Amino acid sequence: MKILTFFSLFSTFLSANSINVEENAGQFFSSGHTNNWAVLVCTSRFWFNYRHVANTLSVYRSVKRLGIPDSHIVLMLADDMACNHRNPKPATVFSHKNMELNVYGDDVEVDYRGYEVTVENFLRVLTGRLPPSTPRSKRLLSDDRSNILIYLTGHGGNGFLKFQDSEEISNVELADAFEQMWQKRRYNELLFIIDTCQGASMYERFYSPNLMALASSQVGEDSLSHQPDLAIGVHLMDRYTFYLLEFLEDIHPASKANMKDLFKVCPKSQCVSTPGHRTDLFLRDPGSALITDFFGSVRKVEITMETINLTDLIKEAEQKNIHTTANLQFPPLHLSSFLPYLTPYPQKPKQKDWHPPDGFILGLWTLILLVFFKTYGIKHLKHIF
Amino acid sequence: MVGVPLWWRTTETYRAWLPVSQINELANMQLQLSADVEVVFARGTVTPEQQKKVPLTQTQDEEHTVDGDLIFKAWDHRFESPCGSLVVYVIPESSSLLPEDMDVYIGQRRTALLRIGAQMRVGRTVEQLLAHLEPRIKQVLQVMSFSHTDITAALSDRVRLSPGNKESIADSMRAFKSSPGYEITFSLLNPDPKSHRLHWDIEGAVQTYIQPLLTKLAPVANFSLDSQTLYYAMLGVNPRFDSSSSAYTLNSDSLAHVINPVEARLGSNAASSNPVLNFLLYVPDAHHSPLYIHDNKKQEVPSNAFHSPRWGGIMVYNVNGFYRPEAVLPVDININMAKVMGVFLAQLRLLLGVQSSTAPPGFLMAPCGSTGLADWELDRLMWSRSVENVATATTTITSLAQLLDQIGNIVINDNIAEQVSSAVTSLQLAVAELEAGNLGFALQYSKEAIMASERAFFDPSLLHLLYFPDDQKFAIYIPLFLPMCVPILLSLLKIVSEARQKRREKQAKKD
Repeated sequence: MKILTFFSLFSTFLSANSINVEENAGQFFSSGHTNNWAVLVCTSRFWFNYRHVANTLSVYRSVKRLGIPDSHIVLMLADDMACNHRNPKPATVFSHKNMELNVYGDDVEVDYRGYEVTVENFLRVLTGRLPPSTPRSKRLLSDDRSNILIYLTGHGGNGFLKFQDSEEISNVELADAFEQMWQKRRYNELLFIIDTCQGASMYERFYSPNLMALASSQVGEDSLSHQPDLAIGVHLMDRYTFYLLEFLEDIHPASKANMKDLFKVCPKSQCVSTPGHRTDLFLRDPGSALITDFFGSVRKVEITMETINLTDLIKEAEQKNIHTTANLQFPPLHLSSFLPYLTPYPQKPKQKDWHPPDGFILGLWTLILLVFFKTYGIKHLKHIF
Repeated sequence: MVGVPLWWRTTETYRAWLPVSQINELANMQLQLSADVEVVFARGTVTPEQQKKVPLTQTQDEEHTVDGDLIFKAWDHRFESPCGSLVVYVIPESSSLLPEDMDVYIGQRRTALLRIGAQMRVGRTVEQLLAHLEPRIKQVLQVMSFSHTDITAALSDRVRLSPGNKESIADSMRAFKSSPGYEITFSLLNPDPKSHRLHWDIEGAVQTYIQPLLTKLAPVANFSLDSQTLYYAMLGVNPRFDSSSSAYTLNSDSLAHVINPVEARLGSNAASSNPVLNFLLYVPDAHHSPLYIHDNKKQEVPSNAFHSPRWGGIMVYNVNGFYRPEAVLPVDININMAKVMGVFLAQLRLLLGVQSSTAPPGFLMAPCGSTGLADWELDRLMWSRSVENVATATTTITSLAQLLDQIGNIVINDNIAEQVSSAVTSLQLAVAELEAGNLGFALQYSKEAIMASERAFFDPSLLHLLYFPDDQKFAIYIPLFLPMCVPILLSLLKIVSEARQKRREKQAKKD
């Protein structure tokens, strides 16, 4: 039974509780989350970046199929491929050549489109600092029991991701944004997937707890695209996301596949680049985290055992004769006194580094000095030294 | 000389003053909660001589007892106890007010009856009596006001509890977090309008049954109510036909998959960001009636309803009993709102955090009455909400201060500084009120604190200049200033070397 597999994790905590409570409570402890959110971002525009939109839409499709409703998905697409003038099949976005799978579907709901996809809006969505006029569908209304899936795709480099061909987000900014989310307890667990060139550099700087990250390539490697379609004329998908989609198509809402299976998606033989992952900040064992904990939305349910009888009235008996008064006061609760038996989250210290200006700056200095001494003459050197 | 300070001023970011020292104090604050308890001794429990010896004012904490002075207070008959206080009546052992095996009766309105133990019959001293009563009164208090686990659960915002008590964790996951407002939506799902024409007097039912509870909870939060009817809305799972009871059944495993397909069709108020509680009433279609929910042991669930933590509840209402099979379709059916609202009210209580912890043995609880909430249950909720609000607001303010400190480039506008100061003041007031035991005021101040801190933290203007890396600063300033600085530096050096030379010459002249 499903419940028994979860019990094995908590065998050390089996105490004498009633069986009902254990059975009901057993479902909860597998993951500790009650709702799921997804933030799916495609950051590139122009027709030749068709594959990035197809990447995002295929993850969107899987996530919807596994149960997360549109109200809990924030979909950001930087350009409109389905209705692009150059699309030979309008209103479709295909993921496989020979047009097998239309990931655009019938009921896609794009929350941020076109030029609204900017670094600022992305960070605002994550941290919650949106202007009060923002509608509900554009907000990430997660709480401390939400599992969030964040998927980014586009063109990237060592430590940055390019938005809209004009601005970039750095890995430090992203790590700081996640830290702010953690401070406000806006997530329970967060899965971060990035499919760009040198994607692993984007998760290097994370330092908040409960983050798991996957990237399609290591630093110094490029993520490659999968296959072009000759009728449409562009590459349809990136390799990593293509194999990820293939993997997710086999997952159904009641599936028990866990994160370790996800790490095996797209080995180097298929992907040419080496996918990477980072789990040191994740407090649970990745083998115990189900795919549906992040990609799907399996609700926890409890049977309602009690009802209220709305037609009865109560009478109570009171008997008073002599009374005294007593004041009972409870001891002051010092927050730090909880520390011995409450385990605080291990937080990695934020990486702060200063590196001396590298080659370019040094070259610039030398050039300027040379020019100066050329114009004013070498004889000035004597006066100084 | 002039340039450097001018450049510094013009590239400075505007940062309004924040009460940083007070914020740091908040992080180390102590929470003290006090509850007023009146203990009334009934006739037959205390002899007249002992009456005079009982200390009338006693302050007790966990470590030691302090006996106060003998202050005689006039006898006072109270019906309405103020918010946060309790009255415990101690009755003799032979009293017939309580059934045989029950020792404590917890009433609706902040009162409790405590039966004195058998060993306290004759020849006992005042100290023994008090020693006997103290732990029992403490137990009553833990049920009726707050206990150590409740407070730690409310403070779980700061640090997540290690999985010690499963029940309390399930409770904390089930209830919504404290929020200034909630939206409640009642939906009637009719998958088969061709067979059933459903009528439900939702407005009347809400006015009669739900509104009293919400009015009572008004100090805790604002509530807004909607209702809707959805046609052709099916459940996502196929119920199985059970021939032994000749009914369709949904077992508990498949319940988890019911909610998602329906949720896509439920609307929500686009204007507010308050959490939404959904209550769905599902009337099965004629071909799948009657439909019963079975629990893990394959037993029928009497309420025929289930709820999902932090989401809402679903009840299945069978109507096949109301009409004969040969009746003309569609049939008009009036739904019995009392029964439905009884279930929804119970679910609402659970979702809002009114703990349904099982009573300790020997305790008899009064049913909660027409509003659906006993006074002491409201108090319990208010205690945990106040503590939760204070903890959340403190975390928000301290992390905001830390963030603004770390990132020197963020602009701090005056309105943010104002919000932060008012949040700090409200927090200090809330902590003071909690210490004094004024629950109503404490809750109000904690709500103000949390609103101000959230407004300050989530202000949209705090995003600019979030990250300005050092190497980019170098790359901008060096090409501008280096060519300028080189002749300045060289001439400075020249001045220094000339001055040194002059001094040397003077020295040489002197000698």
